[in-house]
Amino acid sequence: MATRLYISRDAAAEALGVDETVIAIEAAAQARGVPLEITRVGSRGMVWLEPLVEVEHDGQRIAYGPVNAEDVPALVEAGLFDAKPHALRHGRVEDIPYFAKQERLTFARVGIIDPVSVAQYVAHGGYDGLKRALSMTGADVVKEVTDSGLRGRGGAAFPTGIKWKTVHDQVADQKYVVCNADEGDSGTFSDRMVMEGDPLSLVEGMTIAGVAVGATQGYIYLRCEYPHAEKALREAIANARAAGYLGKDVCGSGKTFELEVRMGAGAYVCGEETSLLESLEGKRAEVRFRPPLPAIQGLFGKPTVINNVISLASLPVILQKGATFYKDFGMGRSRGTLPFQLAGNLKRGGLVEKAFGVTLRELLYDYGGGSASGRPIRAVQVGGPLGAYVPEKDFDTPLDYEAFTAIGALVGHGGIVAFDDTVDMAKMARYAMEFCAVESCGKCTPCRIGSTRGVEVIDKIIAGQDTASNTELLKDLCNTMLSGSLCGLGGMTPFPVTSALKHFPADFAPKRS
Amino acid sequence: MSAFTAQSFQAVDGIIARHAGLQGPLLPILHAVQDEFGYVPADAVPRIAEALHLSRAEVHGVISFYHFFRQHAPGKHVVQVCRAEACQAMNCEATEACAKQRLSADYHGTSPDGQFTLEAVYCLGNCAAAPSVMVDDKLYGRVTPERLDKILADWSKR
Repeated sequence: MATRLYISRDAAAEALGVDETVIAIEAAAQARGVPLEITRVGSRGMVWLEPLVEVEHDGQRIAYGPVNAEDVPALVEAGLFDAKPHALRHGRVEDIPYFAKQERLTFARVGIIDPVSVAQYVAHGGYDGLKRALSMTGADVVKEVTDSGLRGRGGAAFPTGIKWKTVHDQVADQKYVVCNADEGDSGTFSDRMVMEGDPLSLVEGMTIAGVAVGATQGYIYLRCEYPHAEKALREAIANARAAGYLGKDVCGSGKTFELEVRMGAGAYVCGEETSLLESLEGKRAEVRFRPPLPAIQGLFGKPTVINNVISLASLPVILQKGATFYKDFGMGRSRGTLPFQLAGNLKRGGLVEKAFGVTLRELLYDYGGGSASGRPIRAVQVGGPLGAYVPEKDFDTPLDYEAFTAIGALVGHGGIVAFDDTVDMAKMARYAMEFCAVESCGKCTPCRIGSTRGVEVIDKIIAGQDTASNTELLKDLCNTMLSGSLCGLGGMTPFPVTSALKHFPADFAPKRS
Repeated sequence: MSAFTAQSFQAVDGIIARHAGLQGPLLPILHAVQDEFGYVPADAVPRIAEALHLSRAEVHGVISFYHFFRQHAPGKHVVQVCRAEACQAMNCEATEACAKQRLSADYHGTSPDGQFTLEAVYCLGNCAAAPSVMVDDKLYGRVTPERLDKILADWSKR
């Protein structure tokens, strides 16, 4: 019988040399005459253990990692194919503490199944949610989603069910479901990992949304920086269509749902939903005024559900297990789980799906293992480039939308970027303004011009030029951007800037060389 | 740069025809044109504009809006160095400086041998193994200057 191996095909594993590892393993097996069956899966999210090799032994998956190509000969010699002991052996994947303590709902299948196999997806509970949704009325599906407490995982945290109800209640000849897969925030990669590791959960989630609100066409707007996700999505969509889960007669229900992947073109602002819609229509991605809401006049002027990847990929489990099951996770008004992404200067970077309520300190130290450099963690940016910098004194704050708002920060899309004590926070504040200047769509003057002026004012402060009045000017400029921008790019760039200024004022003092 | 030939126009027309059935076809067309030529040639713009009933200015405006679309031919390979926060936390400045020095080019520039065009990118979604670099569609993690040297040496042979 062939030895069965499970090895990731995720971009993060590829970036750490997994393809070379696979070649080395195949060569070693061939030399020994050992028949192998390698399944390429999504990543378990333990990027610090990638390339991770799982060997099936007595029905269990035994983990070895990180396995670089040059480790393979010694590892095979030590008995890799029989799951024998070795310094790189970590036992059963489920027993690794980083993994064992997670609450994986949205990521339940990631790393376990062949990402594009409909048969394996169905064998692991896939499409149970859609089948249940098809047996309900659209209004009941919308109510189920509302009752689950799911809020938009893209970062805005708007209740998904309420958005859906607006679209459901519109009378129109055409409605759309759009997936915002323009995951441009630095420090975030959960959308990418679910699209690469379990793309069918997104396909199913969008189909559920279509069935619920009466939309027959879906678009996934994917950033062009994600070629691996594009490949996985296109394969998954083709396979779902061939198996009757997409098309003119979804699961024999007589309902139509078509799905298409559209590629972005490197504009961060497209993560903002109205500029994304402009881009899908083939225009410059300039932000729209609201109202009208996209739920009423969205894509091509039609009622449109637009949700983030994680929101949509969480729907199958909500419909499969029910609103109450999902709602029982979490705290306060933040229900369910969030896949947190541990990034930047951390020893054990990766993806940790937990119920809301876990503290930042637990994520940084219990999971992340502290800084990669071994130096103290000084600042943490939560929620992407528009998120505030959180100082050490706030590390015990639970990850909860309202608790983070209370400390002047945001949870956003759950990206957590750690910096050690070598970070220069004035430089990070300057970078926030610079990034806004590069990515501004140009529609609102405070964002388009203010961001460039912001860079200049910070430069003056750092140079010690009229520090007091320029600091006042910077605060005033931030206030103008905050109040005078249509979308979050101009409206939230002040968060990293003012939080850096507030918590790390010493970094803005003139440098002595 | 050779002039736009009859064959090039034919290729553009073929791309336009292939996307005729799509709603909002401009971005997919521009992607396909860039896949074909490596950039969006100015000569293709009037052709696309006419087919989609847009003005040339509208098509040009879309091309210039998006960082990904280029109006000039790039080098043989495109090197994208991430300079977003997670990579900064792992000292991507050193990787950036190394890339600029090795390629004798700044961002948007091409190495004198025409082998590499250097671009800045803001997040490749590989933030747990920063700093990140992408060469064409191949992603690399934990790219120190030493590792970048090896990567560039490897790609310069391709």
